[in-house]
Amino acid sequence: MGIRVYVPSDTTAASIGADRVARAIEAEAKRRNLSIDLVRNGSRGMFWLEPLVEVETSAGRVAYGPVTAKDVPELFEAGFLNGASHRLFHGVTSEIPWLKQQERLTFARVGLIDPLSLSEYEANGGLAGLRKAVSMPPEQIVAAVTESGLRGRGGAAFPAGIKWQTVLNAAGTQKYIVANADEGDSGTFADRMLMEGDPYCLIEGMVIAGLAVGATMGYIYLRSEYPRAWNTLNAAIERAREAQVLGPSVLGSGKKFELEVRLGAGAYICGEETALLESLEGKRGQVRAKPPLPAISGLFGCPTVVNNVITLASVPIILSCGAGFYKDYGMGRSRGTMTFQLAGNIRHGGLVEKAFGITLQQLLYDFGGGTISGRPIRAVQVGGPLGAYVPPKDFDLPLDYEAFTARGAMVGHGGVVVFDDSVNMMQMARFAMEFCAEESCGKCTPCRIGSIRGVEVLDRVAAGERPSENLELLESLCDTMQYGSLCAMGGMTPFPVLSALKHFPEDFGAS
Amino acid sequence: MDLSRVQAIVEKQAGRPGATLPILHDIQAELGYISDEAIAVVAEGLNLSRAEIFGVVTFYADFRREPVGKNLVQVCRGEACQAMGGRKLEEHACRSLGCEFHQTTADGSVSLEPVFCLGNCACSPAIRVGDEIYGRVDESQFDELMGELRGGR
Repeated sequence: MGIRVYVPSDTTAASIGADRVARAIEAEAKRRNLSIDLVRNGSRGMFWLEPLVEVETSAGRVAYGPVTAKDVPELFEAGFLNGASHRLFHGVTSEIPWLKQQERLTFARVGLIDPLSLSEYEANGGLAGLRKAVSMPPEQIVAAVTESGLRGRGGAAFPAGIKWQTVLNAAGTQKYIVANADEGDSGTFADRMLMEGDPYCLIEGMVIAGLAVGATMGYIYLRSEYPRAWNTLNAAIERAREAQVLGPSVLGSGKKFELEVRLGAGAYICGEETALLESLEGKRGQVRAKPPLPAISGLFGCPTVVNNVITLASVPIILSCGAGFYKDYGMGRSRGTMTFQLAGNIRHGGLVEKAFGITLQQLLYDFGGGTISGRPIRAVQVGGPLGAYVPPKDFDLPLDYEAFTARGAMVGHGGVVVFDDSVNMMQMARFAMEFCAEESCGKCTPCRIGSIRGVEVLDRVAAGERPSENLELLESLCDTMQYGSLCAMGGMTPFPVLSALKHFPEDFGAS
Repeated sequence: MDLSRVQAIVEKQAGRPGATLPILHDIQAELGYISDEAIAVVAEGLNLSRAEIFGVVTFYADFRREPVGKNLVQVCRGEACQAMGGRKLEEHACRSLGCEFHQTTADGSVSLEPVFCLGNCACSPAIRVGDEIYGRVDESQFDELMGELRGGR
């Protein structure tokens, strides 16, 4: 066996040249007659260092980055296969402060292992949770999830244990587990990174969920914008089936669980759970009125658990290390860790998994290092396109579901998009309305029509037409959308709009 | 359009629960778009009305009712890309290709589409060409990529 060299196959790493680097390393090793074992891992989430090449040495795994294909001959020359020093050298990867200061529970293996190697998955703590779960009564599995305090990581933050209990209690011969992998929020990529970097973790979480509620079939609803995740998931499912992690008798327990990936088709609204179910059923992705809850009447009218990817992928460690272990992280009613994503105009963008309670200030400056443009941060949007714009005076806010809600913002799926002082906040408000108009499912009027009127009103403000009257009209329109819409799409579009107006009135020509 | 291919795809998948989207994806992957005749075949095979299938095809941004150019190029319009100059890149894309979003270049080489987030938000702005995603795309890299797609022009 040759020296192990890791080059991520993660979408983002590849988007800035990781595939070219991998090919260059293979070619150069061949040219020099050196035997290497090239592993395409997931990303460690330090995207400003991607493509990040790691080498297994006696001192541990060491990192070089950002590496371009052009740097490769030079790295060989310098002796990077022995962990030699070089201008791109960062020492032992796990000692890099950005990574060392994180609390990686859900992302423990992402970037570390070969994503499709079940043996590496197991050697690094994988399947331990499922092995426990197969011998536990369903009530006990649900109790562990409830006890852990895990809440939905997709954005709504609903307690996972309560949802599972509802499905467990619901009558029905067929029940389903659905993983919501329609990660449409701009500024978020945690689901994608996990699916590409540690797909078995999601699979294990879904099997445990199935055992907990009595579901024998699962679907991963994956957005079509993630072609690499599609390939990785399908390959992982096939191997999991061969290893009896999936199939008629999960780990020989006699309990059945099957799993399939389904591809979305470019509709943001299908991240809303009822629209997602409609889409899975083969229909237009239009939102359903609730009740009935999907937990009672979900996919094909059957009791269904719909959870976000990160929610489900957090379940294995809760089972293997215990609810108490997980619950010890976090603050207030926000327990465990959150996978924050630093995006947009940020120097050190990437994935930060930390216990709830870290402040935006810490995330943006200690981890993020400020803007990449070098200009001051003017606003950050937290929680996707339906999340509020937060001004610097609120950066002391701890990332906690309740603390954010109290200040009219939301943690959502943990995406943090950073803007410097060149941003025009009226343009961003208009974009929020435009996005809603574009992506509304059309079922309810406040969302479908309100968003179009919102764009028009903001255009009039921009043109200087009776600005104070039109801004008053905008606030009234937002009120209608917020309280009259069927789901969060129309209901929360007012958040970015009104927060932009409230904190940055000067951009709207108001004082 | 080769309707026998459509027929074969429908027959192969019709038994799956919620088969509509997988069928439409397969038709488009193989034949490039979903024609009205194909909609009729899918409707027949799934025992649904043509209106229902038409409704599904027109709801989703991915499904196309007309052939597109040789290459599909998507420019991300998400907030994270906007924070890094995405709006300028959108304008540049339209200007340099000489077409608007949802249109195809005169030579038929590129169809330009907007997309709301490619999940590449820490290395924005991003574009997608076929199944490849490119990050930190500036105007010159965009031109270079398009040059390759359009035969070095």
